[in-house]
Amino acid sequence: MDSGRRMVQKRVKSVILSGCEAAAEGAIRAGCKFYAGYPITPQNRFPEYMSVRMPEEGGIFIQAESEVSAINMVFGASVAGIRAMTSSSSPGISLKQEGISYLAGCELPAVIINMNRGGPGLGDVTPSQSDYFQSTRGGGHGDYRTITLAPWNIQETYDLTYLAFILADRYRNPVVVLADGMIAQMMEPVKLFPGKKQAPKKKWALTGCKGRRPNSIKSLFLTPGVLETHNWKLARKYQKITENEQLYHTYMCDDMNLLLVSFGTCARICFEAITLARAQGIKAGLFRPITLWPYPSEHLKKVAEKVKKILVVEMNCGQMIEDVKLAVRDDIHIFFYGRPGGGVPTPEEILKEIKRI
Amino acid sequence: MQKTKNYLYRKPESLTDDITIYCPGCGHGIIHRIIAEVIDELGIREKTIGIAPVGCAVLAYDYFNFDVTEAAHGRPPAVATGIKRCLPDRIVFTYQGDGDLAAIGTAEIIHAAARGENITVIFVNNGVYGMTKGQMAPTTLLGQRTTTTTKGRDPYQHGFPVRVCELLATIEGVVYVERTKIDSVPDIIRTKRAIKKGFIYQIENKGFSLIEVLSTCPTNWKKTPSESMEWVRKEMVSFFPIGVYKDKGVQ
Repeated sequence: MDSGRRMVQKRVKSVILSGCEAAAEGAIRAGCKFYAGYPITPQNRFPEYMSVRMPEEGGIFIQAESEVSAINMVFGASVAGIRAMTSSSSPGISLKQEGISYLAGCELPAVIINMNRGGPGLGDVTPSQSDYFQSTRGGGHGDYRTITLAPWNIQETYDLTYLAFILADRYRNPVVVLADGMIAQMMEPVKLFPGKKQAPKKKWALTGCKGRRPNSIKSLFLTPGVLETHNWKLARKYQKITENEQLYHTYMCDDMNLLLVSFGTCARICFEAITLARAQGIKAGLFRPITLWPYPSEHLKKVAEKVKKILVVEMNCGQMIEDVKLAVRDDIHIFFYGRPGGGVPTPEEILKEIKRI
Repeated sequence: MQKTKNYLYRKPESLTDDITIYCPGCGHGIIHRIIAEVIDELGIREKTIGIAPVGCAVLAYDYFNFDVTEAAHGRPPAVATGIKRCLPDRIVFTYQGDGDLAAIGTAEIIHAAARGENITVIFVNNGVYGMTKGQMAPTTLLGQRTTTTTKGRDPYQHGFPVRVCELLATIEGVVYVERTKIDSVPDIIRTKRAIKKGFIYQIENKGFSLIEVLSTCPTNWKKTPSESMEWVRKEMVSFFPIGVYKDKGVQ
């Protein structure tokens, strides 16, 4: 949580922004100079906002002909050593998976915002958390991982998008900010911290080979054994990320006898449900992973030591519950409450579930 | 370039010493060399960034002695857009085959052209998927046998070949489109002149240019190198006429 704390100290100005705008501002403050995107509900405000803000900041905005093209433009900007991003919503993110796999294979930094909507297929345009597996298990082809950050309010959307660029450059890896249609469109006050981050110098970038040997960027390794070595190198990197970059948030866990595990928008609703439960004398607590990959498994295990029951709440049919099961003791009873397809649970629904189990 | 004046013939500085994977009689070697000579002559090696396609030329970064990136199949024009917009003073070119550019990457090439991106596209058309061992390409001629059109390309079953230069010439954002071939020395010289013009237009910030080069694939055409050159001259040219399709740069 260190980088988060540093941000808090520097904050000054407070403005009202939607989630799309907050993420865009977070990116700009992080020194993002390239945005390419394609319209899709519920994140249309993102490209609209960037079309104005990028030129103001001396950056580049391109409305691409497709999601596929947008992520490959981001690939190009990243090849050139520039901090670059794209945003979309679930069906669009599926199209971007090819590019994300190439980014991971080529070890290129980039930030991808997913304002998750209902699926599968065209689904609907309402908030959902159904892309949890897609974000945390890789998403495209090949043995790779993307760091996945899940904000639960607009302030955190700003903070985590900023952090996403730092992590992307630190590990030369794509980072996904996984929010949803609710966060995309909801407006809240956001405290903006001043100063613009300059992207670090990138020796590996393609800028023309003046004064050095030519650089190449690739993910093709045809010589037998070379790709295996490359994959092990990536695996070591993912291990390092797992050790160093876990973020989570706990609430009312000290005296609890029931633990709720939830992320993003859904965690915020659980927060409200816990207040209702506490008013009725039920000692419930909340564990909220902020990094969905790497999943804060050890932390969850420790927090869950005291309880016999866990309730996992998600806006899907049960995806993160697998990570919860992998993390905690076998003798803990794990219950699930979910609303897929754009359903958003109310605090009362969750309270009812808390009482039932 | 000063140094080369003392030599009648030598390897361009823009080529590495690597041995290519290309088959005997393949056009890629000639086209690589033309590009390398042009880049040397224009003195732009240290500020050039190339984009290799998926296909036989994917290993271009081993053969070109300047910065080269790989791109996903068909996406070089999008990757080039990202690079060129971020580094407008560098020279950015894509090197793409017919499958890459005219099938899976059709959207990318048309929209990079429509945006008038200031890049140079080298489009190598040999009418076949080379690296995957000879399937039908979007530019396979009617009647031409491939591993997926074993009785010859039938328009009612397989559709018609795509003429890229003619298509792109209609797009407002395009500055220069020319189709050339490499089956004879005069044609190789013409190809070099066309490719050089494409790079010069980019240096002069004139905008998007594409040079289509009719090339050979003896291995997958099941022909000898000389028969392949003959096929380009006789068969390919009749469907893909060589010439300048658009040149807004001359006015």
